[in-house]
Amino acid sequence: MTEAMRKILQQCRDNGDFDAVIDAVPYAGLLGIKLHAMDLQPTFILPANKDNIGNPMLPAIHGGVIAGCMETSAALHLLMTMESIALPKIIDFSIDYLRAGRLQDTFVSCQVWRQGSRVANVAINAWQTDPSEPIATARAHFLLVQE
Amino acid sequence: MSDQLTQRATRFVSVLPHCRVLNMTVEYADGEKVILKLPYSEAIIGNPDNGIVAGGSLTTLMDTACGTAAFNCFEDGEVCPTLDLRMDYHRAAKPGENLIGEARVVKRANSLVFTQGEVRQESDNVVVATCTANFMRIGLRLGSK
Repeated sequence: MTEAMRKILQQCRDNGDFDAVIDAVPYAGLLGIKLHAMDLQPTFILPANKDNIGNPMLPAIHGGVIAGCMETSAALHLLMTMESIALPKIIDFSIDYLRAGRLQDTFVSCQVWRQGSRVANVAINAWQTDPSEPIATARAHFLLVQE
Repeated sequence: MSDQLTQRATRFVSVLPHCRVLNMTVEYADGEKVILKLPYSEAIIGNPDNGIVAGGSLTTLMDTACGTAAFNCFEDGEVCPTLDLRMDYHRAAKPGENLIGEARVVKRANSLVFTQGEVRQESDNVVVATCTANFMRIGLRLGSK
């Protein structure tokens, strides 16, 4: 890990400056992912953005953007909630699309079901107006990278 | 025939705003197969330490490739929303590599289209990820080619 990234991660853990970590990931910036709330667990927000549209007729957010946002959120979730790891590496990712993602703010939360020494299993939900009506649900495995 | 289908696939992909943001292009399309290109750019980096692209950009490449293959396998072109999609990341794509996503229709059914595909590095054809995606048929035709 570079010294710059190590410093950003350290600040994040010391001061709770999670935005700096998200800002350090170019792809998160491309989609516009931000930390929405940090209670016991982080909730991420993908603000409505015309650049993320995949179906101009509805219009709806590109399914790949929803997946990419959920996968990135899961990696950030692991980074924020675990001690002494670097950005985890994605192994596999599976998503079920439940409803069209309209052009409005989208929220993402994650649940780490199992965290071994090498691999973490994470469940991810994305919703827009009502958390009980998710637009997509996903699961992912990450390879954990020690600092 | 495949020229016409490549043109139709190009029109289909070129109106998707996020694919324009990623500069994704159609390299080839026929009634079963679609090949798309995702050029490397700094904007899609997922790990700032090493310049490796985010998995999400590959997912977007394959959702688009598989969805375009599903669209193109019908005479009139049917827009089929993604029901589900799975990516397996075999290895990190080399930083700086353009990526080629190839998708194939495996089975066309009454209500569904089943597709598979993989992502390769452009320079050496090394497979970096595989994908399986299923699409719903909702009867949304975009008109003949």
